[in-house]
Amino acid sequence: MPYHEDFLLRAYRSMKTIREFEERCIKEFMGGNVPGFVHASNGQEAIAVAACIDLSNSDIIGSTHRGHGHCIAKGCDVGDMMKEIMGRSSGLCKGKGGSMHIADIDKGMLGANAIVGGGPPLVNGAALAAKTLGTNHVAVSFNGDGSANQGTTMEAMNMAAVLQLPHIFIYENNGYAEGTSANYGLGCDSLTDRNAGFGMPAECVDGNDFFATYEAIKVATQRARDGGGPTSIEAKCVRFDGHFIGDPQLYRGENEVKNARKDQDCLKIFRDRVIKEGWLKAAAMNAIDKEIALEIEKAVEDGLAAPHPDPATDLMSDVYCSY
Amino acid sequence: MSTALTKGTKMTTNSNIAKIGGTTSIKSYREALNDAIREEMRRDPTVIVLGEEVSGGAGCDGQDDAYGGVFGVTKGLMPEFGRERVIDTPISEAAIIGAAAGAANNGLRPIAELMFFDFIGVSFDQIFNQAAKFRYMFGGKSKTPMVIRGTVGAGWRAGAQHSSMLHSIVTHIAGLKVVMPSNAYDAKGLMVQAIRDEDPVIFLEHKVMYNNECEVPDEQYAIPFGEAAFPRQGKDVTIVAISNMVTHAIAAADILAEEGITCDVIDPRTVSPLDDEAILESVEVTGRLVVVDEGNPRCGLASDIAGIVAEKGFYSLKAPIRTVTAPHTPVPFAPALEDAYVPNVDKVLAAVRDVLGA
Repeated sequence: MPYHEDFLLRAYRSMKTIREFEERCIKEFMGGNVPGFVHASNGQEAIAVAACIDLSNSDIIGSTHRGHGHCIAKGCDVGDMMKEIMGRSSGLCKGKGGSMHIADIDKGMLGANAIVGGGPPLVNGAALAAKTLGTNHVAVSFNGDGSANQGTTMEAMNMAAVLQLPHIFIYENNGYAEGTSANYGLGCDSLTDRNAGFGMPAECVDGNDFFATYEAIKVATQRARDGGGPTSIEAKCVRFDGHFIGDPQLYRGENEVKNARKDQDCLKIFRDRVIKEGWLKAAAMNAIDKEIALEIEKAVEDGLAAPHPDPATDLMSDVYCSY
Repeated sequence: MSTALTKGTKMTTNSNIAKIGGTTSIKSYREALNDAIREEMRRDPTVIVLGEEVSGGAGCDGQDDAYGGVFGVTKGLMPEFGRERVIDTPISEAAIIGAAAGAANNGLRPIAELMFFDFIGVSFDQIFNQAAKFRYMFGGKSKTPMVIRGTVGAGWRAGAQHSSMLHSIVTHIAGLKVVMPSNAYDAKGLMVQAIRDEDPVIFLEHKVMYNNECEVPDEQYAIPFGEAAFPRQGKDVTIVAISNMVTHAIAAADILAEEGITCDVIDPRTVSPLDDEAILESVEVTGRLVVVDEGNPRCGLASDIAGIVAEKGFYSLKAPIRTVTAPHTPVPFAPALEDAYVPNVDKVLAAVRDVLGA
């Protein structure tokens, strides 16, 4: 068996936790329990987990506005995440950040980011620190196909190549930059070809296939740890929900999402593969499903019961002076 | 046809409508902006719209014009004018603003959308080093007739990076005009003026106001920049309020009126150029000033207006000037904190009572 059973169970648990968390977020948003703008990552779980499963808390990731999956894959506590997304004072950022600005520095999760292209330059900084301090740690930026067209992202790629930074640029190409086709927004035929032009190895994988994605990222991560510089990985995937929760998605084709959920579901593909290969038993995964259902239920219950921040004390905390 | 309004007279929005003439409709802030842009595009083929999702659905299998802007302001423009004039762009704010500025120098009148004005950060060089400086730096030989639209302000629980009030930053930049309508009537007239203006105009729409409705003339009209509006008139206290804060200032004035305290509420409508004359004339009568602004307090518009009055109207003042602003923090996400962050009617009332010594 090419993968250890424990590894496969961890991968499955992480992916399934993301799926359940996101689907519950959608439900809670619709029910009025989650305020603001929320962007769900269900459908894209395999990439987050493939990128983060071998990372330590000292390896850094920078995320996007669609960041819940990256948080969970990096080990953030789902209860504390739910509290944050509900704006409670015991949330990961004391309720000050919310879904689009969630971070967990102790876990090496540098932050979701509500500015498209905001993350890659910062992740270069984390990679520069690792290189300069000789820590052997790596840094991973998650990007969308939309972020690929920001100047900030392109500058970060070039600098990562120039300085040979241990930075893995992961492009989750879900086909849509908000409500615009990824192909429309990209002036060339292939993002991977363009990224190779920055002077780094660039690979395109099927992001619905956990194993293909994991193997590509594993090589890139090892290269970064060995001082071999940055890599670009474009993982083609499917966004099951809208750009934001509540997006009517008028721009998507008829039955597109329905068909993707049937044929391109990374969790189903994972389950089918490990069962077919005889690597895991369905019962083991079903048991995990039950545990996760309870965990998410508890996260929501605890989130709804958690106290709101107190403006008298919390509005003006975490600032260096008060005006 | 446009109807320019005369400067300097204190009149309510309704009397302006009578001056414009023709039919009127109850329109939302969103619809009023859409009307203004649509009519200008019909009138002038050099007017184009560009930005992220200004139509939506580009290159997709589903419906075109799926968004019409994330708040629906430009909905319906692409079906009428085509993708040649209503241009969905990649997510590339610096390139969007640069393209608008360069096109403005070369015969077009672009309306560039920054979606959330927080995205100014990605594009700021093209705004403040490029577009803003051309007219002066090139000895008056360059024209940059462009509009940069963006939504500002808290209230949507959108968190720190989608809720900022960054108007003071652009007001600080010489060469930019900064427009902040507080109602649908002003939104239409100021947008028409912004499109026809020969200089770069920053047009800031507060995201909690898109559904606010009022009576709006059906005819196209331009409201000149630098002319304040006076939604309430009084003699006891001057309240200058910006953007959505005008709503709170009016509400406070109406509460105080029942107590026999009358407030002169001034809505500058454009913060650059600023109708400082109107403010100074009012303070001459009232001797008391409260400035209400959702921005951060330091180097902000409230302190700027307070500074102007302290310098030019000092001897009219009967009490220290009070400012009501957000605290000096980023916008918090949690509803409990965001509600405490944004100035409200109670805070305006407290400030007015304070300057009255009541």
